[in-house]
Amino acid sequence: MMKQHTATQRVTSNVPQQHPISMYLKVWLLLFVLSACSYMVDYFQFQGTLRWTLILAFMFLKAGLIIMVFMHLAWERMAVKLLLFLPPIAIFIFIVLMSSEADYVFISRMVSFFNP
Amino acid sequence: MPNNQQQEQSQASGSSPWQSVKNDWGADKQAFDMPWGKLMMWIFLLSDTFIFSIFLISYMNVRMSVTVPWPNPSEVFALTIAGHHIPLVLIAIMTFILITSSGTMAMAVNYAYQGNKKKAVYLMVTTALLGASFIGMQAFEWTKLIVEEGIRPWENPMGANQFGAAFFMITGFHGLHVSAGVIYLGMIAKRISQGKYDNKGYQIVEITGLYWHFVDLVWVFIFAFFYLW
Repeated sequence: MMKQHTATQRVTSNVPQQHPISMYLKVWLLLFVLSACSYMVDYFQFQGTLRWTLILAFMFLKAGLIIMVFMHLAWERMAVKLLLFLPPIAIFIFIVLMSSEADYVFISRMVSFFNP
Repeated sequence: MPNNQQQEQSQASGSSPWQSVKNDWGADKQAFDMPWGKLMMWIFLLSDTFIFSIFLISYMNVRMSVTVPWPNPSEVFALTIAGHHIPLVLIAIMTFILITSSGTMAMAVNYAYQGNKKKAVYLMVTTALLGASFIGMQAFEWTKLIVEEGIRPWENPMGANQFGAAFFMITGFHGLHVSAGVIYLGMIAKRISQGKYDNKGYQIVEITGLYWHFVDLVWVFIFAFFYLW
């Protein structure tokens, strides 16, 4: 009796919640609109800060929708989210380090190669 | 069960530090409440995230440090269709195709868990076909760039030499992932239709889906950083 109870519990915890198909269609449509928006950024040739803000905003919205809804991360436990979101902090630090390094290389090249 | 017996014996006679490590990792403990295949796919995707990040970071590094102008992607990837010069049009179509394939994949997972095997298989095959058309367009794009525009990994006529290296490396590695995904989807769809998962449950569809959505996710970043920058 006890054994049966734990067995059924196990089965139910392994089968994820069901979502209506309409949810996927809505997210799909939203991704279409966001992709069209990011394409428009290039089409209308926005430049400077506005361009970067728009590109990054649309990019993170799309990525968030794909990870959270399509990959079902929104319905996973906290431990899984930590597993996936903590390590990329190292990537972020690496980006900061490498962009400052690239600036340094650029300035060095300008000073060394373009100054008589 | 010789392993369990050994474990019990050594536990009884005072265990070594290594035995304790083995007990901790081999014991009946579970941190992540999901099928092991799904957890392994997540960890693989995490490691893949690092690989693609390193490619994109190296691209950022060369692009920020070159002293000659970087070729304008908006112009390089423009196509003339029926007399109209449209910037980035092929890339936009590829983006929409990949997003559509992600949508069909998400629905395949849903139908698989509902027990609707036939619909799940059809949707997985649709996903694979969309992926294959993505690869076809990428092959067209590569051919155009190599043959018509004369872009090579070491030089190109439009500007910074590093453009070709970054482009072929990043899109090539992503294309390889899409190709592998098409084969993976095809195999799993075939195995499902053969009824090999009837007793095991259909978690495999979700695991395959995770991989496919990840490929779409990487494209979101490539599209933003390589084509729109």
